[in-house]
Amino acid sequence: MIDKIVPSAAEAVADIRDGATVMIGGFGTAGMPNALIDALIAQGARDLVVVNNNAGNGDTGLAALLKEKRVRKILCSFPRQVDSQHFDALYRAGEIELELVPQGNLAERIRAAGAGIGGFFTPTGYGTQLAEGKETRVIDGRHYVLEYPIHADFALIRADRGDRWGNLTYRKTARNFGPIMAMAARCAIAEVREVVELGALDPEAVVTPGIFVKRVVPVGSA
Amino acid sequence: MNTTAYQRMTRDQMAARVARDIPEGAYVNLGIGLPTLVANHLPADREIIIHSENGVLGAGPAPEKHLIDPDLMNAGKQPITLLAGGSFFHHADSFAMMRGGHLDYCVLGAFQVAVNGDLANWHTGGPDAIPAVGGAMDLAIGAKSVFVMMEHLTREGESKIVKACTYPLTGMGCVNRIYTDLAVIDVTAEGLAVVDCVPGLSLEELVRLTGVPLRAMLETRD
Repeated sequence: MIDKIVPSAAEAVADIRDGATVMIGGFGTAGMPNALIDALIAQGARDLVVVNNNAGNGDTGLAALLKEKRVRKILCSFPRQVDSQHFDALYRAGEIELELVPQGNLAERIRAAGAGIGGFFTPTGYGTQLAEGKETRVIDGRHYVLEYPIHADFALIRADRGDRWGNLTYRKTARNFGPIMAMAARCAIAEVREVVELGALDPEAVVTPGIFVKRVVPVGSA
Repeated sequence: MNTTAYQRMTRDQMAARVARDIPEGAYVNLGIGLPTLVANHLPADREIIIHSENGVLGAGPAPEKHLIDPDLMNAGKQPITLLAGGSFFHHADSFAMMRGGHLDYCVLGAFQVAVNGDLANWHTGGPDAIPAVGGAMDLAIGAKSVFVMMEHLTREGESKIVKACTYPLTGMGCVNRIYTDLAVIDVTAEGLAVVDCVPGLSLEELVRLTGVPLRAMLETRD
């Protein structure tokens, strides 16, 4: 019997090693997998490479992981915010590496990894600082920049409901990076508000099919 | 004492002026800051669908406090509502809507726009500035029409419409129309063309303030 349900966040993140690349879902705080991040902080892995749209908001979730100095490098599109004080301090102290990626390139690089694409040409960023040194090409008269996929060892995401096969649904704009990060990581771990019986999710409404998900952790409402 | 014969538009007047140009049925992304105000001025008799890059079409106005849902926010991380007919999708799809040319309009703030339509709005390049780009580069090259909304002059009285951007670029030649507190100006292959300007402001005075060549738009726009 396939059973991807893991009873606790601690068990679910136990094998994340030092130096791992970890995608973390969420846009701001919507879809941030706080229970999994808290478990990762408690577990102690360090020198992590983190992929997220932002670089932490406030003091919880990704911000807490940064504050504990567990992150060597972050790939994101929008680190600087009014409540990104933990990232800001690390960045100014030279204690974290930043790879700034335009948001759509970030999403597509993640998607490409999950879809087995070796690279793609995108018009976004052409002629800007963020494309400096990158290969370019003119296709049908338009300028494009070559971007490569972002693979990860783990993805930590938050979904709404999940079943023991790993099928997931999401809630409103908390969906954001969840579906594509699940595809891009070798091991996708989803914390869910609720685990339901196999067959309870409408197959027409499943957003992430279970093939992309290794572990499902019931954590209740955020 | 104000010795000029004209008055600059207020932020709300600017927003209303932009809103006038957004037609029935348009899919529109409103950038963070000043452009967000446009939503308050969209004519009630037009169905206009607001896209927010975190993964929502059909974003509605902010809810009353007790109805705020942390899973339902816009790209500025402000709480929103969802209109009937609205939908949610993941980040790669959301940016495909821009990059793929499906979005009709975006309205962006800017530090500078150059006469050739180059846009600078993501980074001052200052030594202490932490860069953050978000979806700006995707919007700049992706929407069918890119509107910029900004004050005409900096606090120091320098024109934000320039011969060539001195701030790092967001996109090359991507701006179609500029809305300032003094004028509406189209970027055309033949240079900048003034569509209209505030009452009492002559083209000569506008050119003097702007410091780059401007011509009057001769043809009447519909």
